[in-house]
Amino acid sequence: MTKFKLRLYITGSTPQSHRAIDNLRTICETELPNLYEIEVIDVLEDPEMAESEKILATPTLVKRLPEPVRKIIGDLSDRQKVLLGLDIERLNQREAS
Amino acid sequence: MSIESPRELEKLPTGIVGFDQIANGGLPKERSTLLSGTAGSGKTVMALQFLMAGVRQYGEHGCFVTFEEAPVDLMQNVRSFGWDLESMVRGNQIAVVDATPDPGTEVMTAGAYDLSALLARIENGIRKVGAKRVILDAIGALFPQLTDPNIIRRELHRITAGLRKLGVTTLVTMERTDEDSGLGRWGVEEFVADNVIVLRNRLEAEKRRRTLEILKFRGATHHKGEYPFTIDAEDGVTIIPLSAIELKQKSSEIRVSSGVAELDKMCSGGMYRDSIILVSGATGTGKTLMVSQYVKAAIEAGERALLFAAEESHEQLTRNAASWGVDFEQAERDGLLRIVCRYPEVMGLEDHLLQMKRDIHDFQPDRVAIDSMSAFERVSTQKSFREFVIALTSTIKHLEITGLFTNTTSFLTGGESITETHISTITDTIILLRYVELQGEMRRGLTVLKMRGTFHDKDIREYQIDGRGLHVLAPFRGVHGILTGTPTYTFDDERGRLRSLFEAEPPAAI
Repeated sequence: MTKFKLRLYITGSTPQSHRAIDNLRTICETELPNLYEIEVIDVLEDPEMAESEKILATPTLVKRLPEPVRKIIGDLSDRQKVLLGLDIERLNQREAS
Repeated sequence: MSIESPRELEKLPTGIVGFDQIANGGLPKERSTLLSGTAGSGKTVMALQFLMAGVRQYGEHGCFVTFEEAPVDLMQNVRSFGWDLESMVRGNQIAVVDATPDPGTEVMTAGAYDLSALLARIENGIRKVGAKRVILDAIGALFPQLTDPNIIRRELHRITAGLRKLGVTTLVTMERTDEDSGLGRWGVEEFVADNVIVLRNRLEAEKRRRTLEILKFRGATHHKGEYPFTIDAEDGVTIIPLSAIELKQKSSEIRVSSGVAELDKMCSGGMYRDSIILVSGATGTGKTLMVSQYVKAAIEAGERALLFAAEESHEQLTRNAASWGVDFEQAERDGLLRIVCRYPEVMGLEDHLLQMKRDIHDFQPDRVAIDSMSAFERVSTQKSFREFVIALTSTIKHLEITGLFTNTTSFLTGGESITETHISTITDTIILLRYVELQGEMRRGLTVLKMRGTFHDKDIREYQIDGRGLHVLAPFRGVHGILTGTPTYTFDDERGRLRSLFEAEPPAAI
C-alpha cells in the first residue's frame, strides 16, 4: 500500500496552527499508522513554497499522494470531512468487505 | 490658540492621464481604494496602468495580486499597450502573486481557517521588490473558491488593514453585475468602503460611453461626477477632466488676421491670437473658404496651421484651396501646414479628442482649424459632444493659439443649430454666414455676432465669393429680420427702394 504524503501549511505558531497539527496527527495515527509522512510548512518562513502551491488559506492540508492531489482547508476539526478528503473512508470500507 | 484646519490626507499621484487632476492629486496614500465596474469597463487595465506608471514615472515598484486571470494571460493582454510587464517582473520591479484557482486540484473545507497565507504571500511580494503600489485584481473571484463569504469578508478586511500597515497604496478591483446594482457582489464594499471609484460603460444612443466617477475618498477631496475616459493603444486609460480644466489662460493682446481683410477691419484689426472663432452658416455659405483663407493668412505670416477636416478629403481640400489661390501642397512641403482628415465615424469622440491633442502636440501649430465641428456632433450624444468641445477648446486656449471651428446650420436662412448652443458660450468670436433672400434673389450676409474684449462692427454686411476668395461689402440697408430667416423691408414704396439703391454706399467701401 502506498504511503500518504501530506503537507500541512500553517501561518505562524498560532492556536489554530497547533490545533490543525494535533488533529492531523491524531487522524493519521488512528487511521494510517506507519503509512504517512507529514511535512509542516510555515508560510511566514517559506512564502515561495506557498506561492508555488497557490495556498490562500491556512491551515491547508495538501494530500500529494496518493493521487488525486487534494487540498483540505481548515483546522481539520471536522474529522469526517478529513477522512473523506483523504479517501480513507473508502479505504476502510474496502478492507472491511 | 489657533484653530487648525483639518489636514487633508496625502495623495499618491497615479500617473494615469487626467485621473490625478480629478482626484485632486491622486489616490489616498497608503490606503485601499475600491475600483468597481461591470465586465469590460476597464478595471484591470486601469489597475495595471497604476502599477506601470508607478515604475515608469515615479520609480515606485509594484505588486499585483490576481484572483481571476492567470498572470501570463494578464501580461499578454496588456502587451498591446506597449506595456512590457514581463521584463518588469524579471527585473524585480513588479512582483506577482497568483491567487487564481488551481484547476487541477480539488478543494474541500474541514474546519476553521483564515487567509493569513494570502496576506503572507502578498507581504512577501511587496518585500521582494520593495513595492509601494499594490493591486488586488478581481477579488470577487475569491468567493467561489472558498465556501464561507463571511470569512472572506472578514479576511479581506484584515488584508487591507495589513496593507495599510505596510505603507502601500492599494487599488482593489471588483466586478459589478450591472450598472445599477451595488458596488460589488458579496457585499465587498463593506470592507474597503473608505475610497470608491466606479467605472461605467454605458450604451447611449448606440454609442459606448465610458465614464469614471470618484464616489468617495474618506478624508480627502476630489472632483465630483462622471468623467469620460477612453482606453487607447498608446496611453491606456486616459481620463478627460472637464470641470477640472482651469480657466487660467492668459489673455493675449496680439491680433492675427482672419484671412479676410474686410473682416479684420470689422473686428477692429483682427482676431486675438488666443481666441476661439466660430464660423457658423448653412451649406455653401463659404465656411470652408473661410478656413482656407484663415490657413492662408497663417502661411503668409510664416505661422504653422493644423487643419482637421471631418467632411472632405485631403485632395478635395487641396483642390478647392488651389482654386482660391492657396497652395496647400507647397505649404505642407514647407512644414507650415498639416491636414488631418479623419471622418468622425471612425472612432468615438473621446478617441478623436485624444488623437487631436496628440496631433496638436506633435505639430505645435500657431493656428488650428476644425472643419466642421458640427460633423462630430453627428456621431455622439449631446453630452459627449459638449465635453469634446470644452476639452478641445481648453487645449487650444492653453497653448495660446488661435482656433477656428466651423459649424453647419440646418436652415438655409436664419435659424440656429443645436451645435451653436453648445459651442457659443465657449467661443470668443462668432461669425454668422447667412443666406439672405432679397427681392427674389439669394444673397449672402455676414455678421460678427460677438467678439470678446473688443469693439466690433455690428452690421449685417453682404459678402460675395469670387475666384480670389471672400469679399465683404456694404451693410444691408432697409431690411431687417435677416437672422431670423424672414427678412422684411422697410421701404415705403418702389420709389423709395429705387432711391435707396442709388444712394446706397458703393460696394466694398469699408
